[in-house]
Amino acid sequence: MASSEVGRHLLFQSHMATKTTCMSSQGSDDEQRKRENIRSLTMSGHVGFESLPDQLVNRSIQQGFCFNILCVGETGIGKSTLIDTLFNTNFEDYESSHFCPNVKLKAQTYELQESNVRLKLTIVNTVGFGDQINKEESYQPIVDYIDAQFEAYLQEELKIKRSLFTYHDSRIHVCLYFISPTGHSLKTLDLLTMKNLDSKVNIIPVIAKADTVSKTELQEFKLKLMSELVSNGVQIYQFPTDDDTIAKDNAAMNGLLPFAVVGSMDEVKVGNKVVKARQYPWGVVQVENENHCDFVKLREMLICTNMEDLREQTHTRHYELYRRCKLEEMGFTDVGPENKPVSLQETYEAKRHEFHGERQRKEEEMKQMFVQRVKEKEAILKETERELQAKFEHLKRLHQEERMKLEEKRRLLEEEIIAFSKKKATSEIFHSQSFVATGSNLRKDKDRKKEPGCGFELLCVDVRTCENSGGRKDAEKAPIFCKTEVPEHRRSSSQANFIKKKLEVCFDFAVFICFITLYLVNGHSY
Amino acid sequence: MDPLRRSPSPCLSSRPSSPSTPPCEMLGPVGIEAVLDQLKIKAMKMGFEFNIMVVGQSGLGKSTMVNTLFKVWKSNPPGLGVPPPQTLQLHSVTHVIEEKGVKLKLTVTDTPGFGDQINNDNCWDPILGYINEQYEQYLQEELLITRQRHIPDTRVHCCVYFVPPTGHCLRPLDIEFLQRLCQTVNVVPVIARADSLTMEEREAFRRRIQQNLRTHCINVYPQMCFDEDINDRILNSKLRDRIPFAVVGADQEHLVNGRCVLGRKTNWGIIEVENMAHCEFPLLRDLLIRSHLQDLKDITHNVHYENYRVIRLNESHLLPRGPGWVNLAPASPGQLTTPRPFKVCRGAHDDSDDEF
Repeated sequence: MASSEVGRHLLFQSHMATKTTCMSSQGSDDEQRKRENIRSLTMSGHVGFESLPDQLVNRSIQQGFCFNILCVGETGIGKSTLIDTLFNTNFEDYESSHFCPNVKLKAQTYELQESNVRLKLTIVNTVGFGDQINKEESYQPIVDYIDAQFEAYLQEELKIKRSLFTYHDSRIHVCLYFISPTGHSLKTLDLLTMKNLDSKVNIIPVIAKADTVSKTELQEFKLKLMSELVSNGVQIYQFPTDDDTIAKDNAAMNGLLPFAVVGSMDEVKVGNKVVKARQYPWGVVQVENENHCDFVKLREMLICTNMEDLREQTHTRHYELYRRCKLEEMGFTDVGPENKPVSLQETYEAKRHEFHGERQRKEEEMKQMFVQRVKEKEAILKETERELQAKFEHLKRLHQEERMKLEEKRRLLEEEIIAFSKKKATSEIFHSQSFVATGSNLRKDKDRKKEPGCGFELLCVDVRTCENSGGRKDAEKAPIFCKTEVPEHRRSSSQANFIKKKLEVCFDFAVFICFITLYLVNGHSY
Repeated sequence: MDPLRRSPSPCLSSRPSSPSTPPCEMLGPVGIEAVLDQLKIKAMKMGFEFNIMVVGQSGLGKSTMVNTLFKVWKSNPPGLGVPPPQTLQLHSVTHVIEEKGVKLKLTVTDTPGFGDQINNDNCWDPILGYINEQYEQYLQEELLITRQRHIPDTRVHCCVYFVPPTGHCLRPLDIEFLQRLCQTVNVVPVIARADSLTMEEREAFRRRIQQNLRTHCINVYPQMCFDEDINDRILNSKLRDRIPFAVVGADQEHLVNGRCVLGRKTNWGIIEVENMAHCEFPLLRDLLIRSHLQDLKDITHNVHYENYRVIRLNESHLLPRGPGWVNLAPASPGQLTTPRPFKVCRGAHDDSDDEF
């Protein structure tokens, strides 16, 4: 169902309306009403809506409250102890070390209940603040943390399907700044940090461990601190003085800032009462004694009187400022270039279109680049292909030429073979003829031989027919004249035979080799 | 990527986790309950706003009822001598009334001409349009960069629907109107001019109306799905049993048994408006003002307005060139406690969006 957060939301907003009309007095309300043409009527009976605030309060009780405190101060200055004392419990915590390399923020949430009010309290502690040797960046993690909480809330608020009423509000409502009780003035680190935090969070400065400062010194110290803060333009939280019931108290308290506090959970018996105090050999510092320290004032101001106002200020002032800056940073404006009001919707849509357009353009570009690259690659590939083709052709041509040459050689070789075998045949015939007719043939031969420049003629005879028919007849019948030159010094048959055989073998071998080569070449050319 | 979400949060690890919160015992009073008083003071200073709309045919006593509720007498009595308007009009009047320090800015929107024509087709369109217009105004204010500190709330928190006392059942016009309006605004139906029905007739009429509402799945206020805990459910069940209230409005005072009471004088007796035995006006008054006013406002803000916002923001993301529904984070389990039948809702809005 509904929630108090919403009620508070409405409250904050409506409250701020009254705040803007300068600490709303009745007169301004009437004027406003007159301006809006609203009639103020009196009722003639009891209607019963004075229970409205109660309805609101019931809703808030049902929902519960949440409050977030940020404690900034050096290690060991008493932050955790003060929080324990403020809320009268012992929150689980351990002592932090002094040796952290940078400032870290530690947040813990507790649930407190008093009668029917449930409070979700979040305490954020700075761990390691002021411990580093170089403290220039000490304040940055704190600022970042505060911004992160605002950012989370803004994100939730800007969602389409949002659930603001069940959202756990983690924005820091108040920052307790612990000042070391040196008695002199503000440290530079303190000044720097406060300057950076004052526009983001409500700062309440407190003087920690105030039992080390004597009363007279305390007065001067407070004055000095406040004047330093004012002269440096640090805006600390001022308790509101617009509501009559609490204006006087708040104004008085404003003059007592910063509060000098002492924290302790130890119980000490003083008189016949047991009070929270710190025991020293020279006396007992009672925490809740207003003469000893301002603890009670702090508790009253922080929790009893102004908790709601702190939360409201955070929401309406600090958060709105953050939101405005953030949205303006992103480029949203309320007024367009022609001074016409531009809604967030339109700006958002315009940006969205722009963004889409940009993205499309980039996609196009990438596509173009891709196409370009592909083309180039293709061109290169074609080039190489062509080169390969050319090479191949070239090689093919070479092969062809080789082949032709080899063919040529083969032909020549075959011709030689034919001539040689003819010559072989004729020489055989001559041999066989020489046994029968000694003179004439030889003479013929010799005569023939005497002629110079006798051509080499190979006598091709069918050797088989010579052998079968005894040679002579056939030799006369079918001689194919290829005259060959028989070497002069070798006429004897045996030597001629031997040489013949050798030549035959050689020729056979050569032919064989040629055929093999041709075969291989042919094979390769395919 | 959504341009609004481009920047990541700078400090991711230091966000406190909300679920696991160990309860702590306090050893003594701290003063946390003073925050309630602080709340009250602020609320009283600021004042409250309430916007109510009365819908019904002319002559059912709407204006009289408003006067009786808030006990403010307008100078000119309504309806006399003024012919019913030809088309539906919407009149909004704002008053500021104060009681015991509590200021209430009350806006009453009247709808003369509703259901008075011969052809009443789409006579709910102007009303839906008006309601959505208020939501739209609020949304635009909320989306500004430099927001006002207090956004003026003109959204209709409650719509009182006057059912004519036929004694039979809901008419088709009633059913159509209620079906459409229940998705957008809190509707409280009442039986108008109930002095023309006897007690038994009233009961029977009431039962029949309740049955009609159930049959047509009309979810009137207080809606069952928004009951938070057992106490709420018990309280609201009692109310649901008596809805629709049989009311009588009167703005004249008469002397009865020495007391001055508001009532209607007839020949056969005086009907006392604030007498539970005579009519159920006190129940209506208590519901609207004394006990559930804040609840009405909360439901309007958290449920009806958020629904409108979701639909509106989703619609505006439709890119002209193609399907561009922004599919944001799906509803978390916490949101399932407020179920809304979006189908019907969107239908109603489409009708009204045409007017923009």
